[in-house]
Amino acid sequence: MARIDLDLAHSYKADPRQDSDYALLPLAMSFDDGGAYALLGPSGCGKTTMLNLISGLVRPSQGTVRFGGHDVTARTPQQRNIAQVFQFPVIYDTMTVAQNLAFPLRNRGVSPERIRARVGQVAEMLELSGQLDQRAAGLAADAKQKISLGRGLVREDVSAVLFDEPLTVIDPHLKWQLRRKLKQIHHELRLTLIYVTHDQVEALTFADQVVVMTRGRAVQVGSADALFERPAHMFVGHFIGSPGMNFLPASLLPSAPAGAATLGVRPEYVRLLHADETGALPAQVLQVQDIGTYWLVTAHIGTAADGHTVRLRLDPEAAAPRAGQRVWLGLVGPHTCYYGTDERLIEEQGA
Amino acid sequence: MKPVNQKAWWLVLPVVICVAFSAVLPLMTVVNYSVQDIISPERRVFVGTEWFAAVMRDKDLHEALLRQITFSLAVLVVEIPLGIALALSMPASGWKSSAVLVVVALSLLIPWNVVGTIWQIFGRADIGLLGAALKGLGIDYSYTGNARDAWLTVLVMDVWHWTPLVALLCYAGLRSIPDAYYQAARIDGASKFAVFRYIQLPKMRGVLMIAVLLRFMDSFMIYTEPFVLTGGGPGNATTFLSQYLTQKAVGQFDLGPAAAFSLIYFLIILLLCFILYNWMQRVGTADKTEAGHG
Repeated sequence: MARIDLDLAHSYKADPRQDSDYALLPLAMSFDDGGAYALLGPSGCGKTTMLNLISGLVRPSQGTVRFGGHDVTARTPQQRNIAQVFQFPVIYDTMTVAQNLAFPLRNRGVSPERIRARVGQVAEMLELSGQLDQRAAGLAADAKQKISLGRGLVREDVSAVLFDEPLTVIDPHLKWQLRRKLKQIHHELRLTLIYVTHDQVEALTFADQVVVMTRGRAVQVGSADALFERPAHMFVGHFIGSPGMNFLPASLLPSAPAGAATLGVRPEYVRLLHADETGALPAQVLQVQDIGTYWLVTAHIGTAADGHTVRLRLDPEAAAPRAGQRVWLGLVGPHTCYYGTDERLIEEQGA
Repeated sequence: MKPVNQKAWWLVLPVVICVAFSAVLPLMTVVNYSVQDIISPERRVFVGTEWFAAVMRDKDLHEALLRQITFSLAVLVVEIPLGIALALSMPASGWKSSAVLVVVALSLLIPWNVVGTIWQIFGRADIGLLGAALKGLGIDYSYTGNARDAWLTVLVMDVWHWTPLVALLCYAGLRSIPDAYYQAARIDGASKFAVFRYIQLPKMRGVLMIAVLLRFMDSFMIYTEPFVLTGGGPGNATTFLSQYLTQKAVGQFDLGPAAAFSLIYFLIILLLCFILYNWMQRVGTADKTEAGHG
């Protein structure tokens, strides 16, 4: 167990020339010992690359990986003592469930009694106890993935456990259950867990710290709350939340701080105002959808040719406007964020 | 009950006709011969199972069968592990893999009688590379004079000719293993042998089964190469079943016994393939036999 420090860049090409040649642009990042992290981002953003760099399956083309201060860049996954679970179940066909779970321990020469005890515990945690003597090859996909998870968790002394979208093949209801299980295991074992996903709900419920990535860059590291309330980059605002943040030119509002190019406000924080209130912007309602727990209202500010679409979430108790109706929107509040031309958040004084 | 449309049977009819003409009718002719003594086209006597009984008592046949089984087993024992080893050592990608594939496949492109001729010359002590080299080393080698040498030469020739097939099948099997398995094995700290034993070998099971069956059937029917190389000699040392059959049917024109023997030959191959197939189906899938590794 150790703190993991990355200071590196990686390109799968031999001779990277421009930013797009890099799978991972130069970055410096730390994962604290015992933390639960999620790497969140769309497909191809470099999150799996980062995971493989940490585990040692891939060597960075530049820079170093440090575990607890020691440079482990040149070490193999085995030497780094990393456990990793992959997107699709990997099981050893000819072995039983118990033998599969025991495999990482057996390869490291752990004593048979110790192996039996650990396999028993892990099987218990993952509710595989009843299937220990069955052949793993004959099981359903979710049971196979539980075995893969189990092999990741069976060693107690690992530096970190890495998960690469491990719940992709799992049924939704089981997904939720397994995620809770992982969280619980994290609390019990205090292992460093790093979890790659493109599902924000998964990331936000699993991790204490979420690393949001896009196009080879880690744009923000923060708690679920920080990512939601103060997205450090417009991409975070857009990617986190359902629907994502509304972005409008800051010039719409005279009160915007200097240097702000764009204003961002979450659909949850857009308010319906009266015409005479300060800051009320006139808008035309385009569509009203009943999403069950809230109304999703799509409105249009400005003229048809030069206008901006704004989404807002309204309480189901509230009287929802009708499509075509004219409304006044309040966009400015304590939760409103301003972004510069570089798409990064402008930190406000005391906001 | 739901009415069943029987018209679909008509769609199968062309296949039935084809199979009838290509397989069933010729086979029936053989059955016909095997139960008659044909003295002349006008005079034929029904003899029942007499030919079968005679063939079963034939000592030469017993020897040929034993020789054949020994040969086929030797072929499997050598070619399968060698093919696997070859496939494992072949490069996985890039131009090298294409080049190696072509080179490995070369021997498969050579007609069988040419293979026999190549080895016939190759093994000659006066002008052949192999024969002359062995002679130069002071080894007394002659595939025409020494029964053991002849048998070994036929075996080595078959290995040279057909191991590439096993290698190509295994290679295809190996390439179909997703990368994640190797990554997981690295994470799990598996040794090279463990990777082979628990990932590569189980994943190659399907192609290996095909390889074993193909090599078994083909080697059990081997005819052309030993015929060209040794002509079945010296003595009967390399007279395998199909050559023995040809001697009977074409050489001595004993159509009755030859037909009876053909049917027995056919049934032996069928039976042995059935046994092999079922045995291999069970290897690696049985729950209990593998449970001792925990």
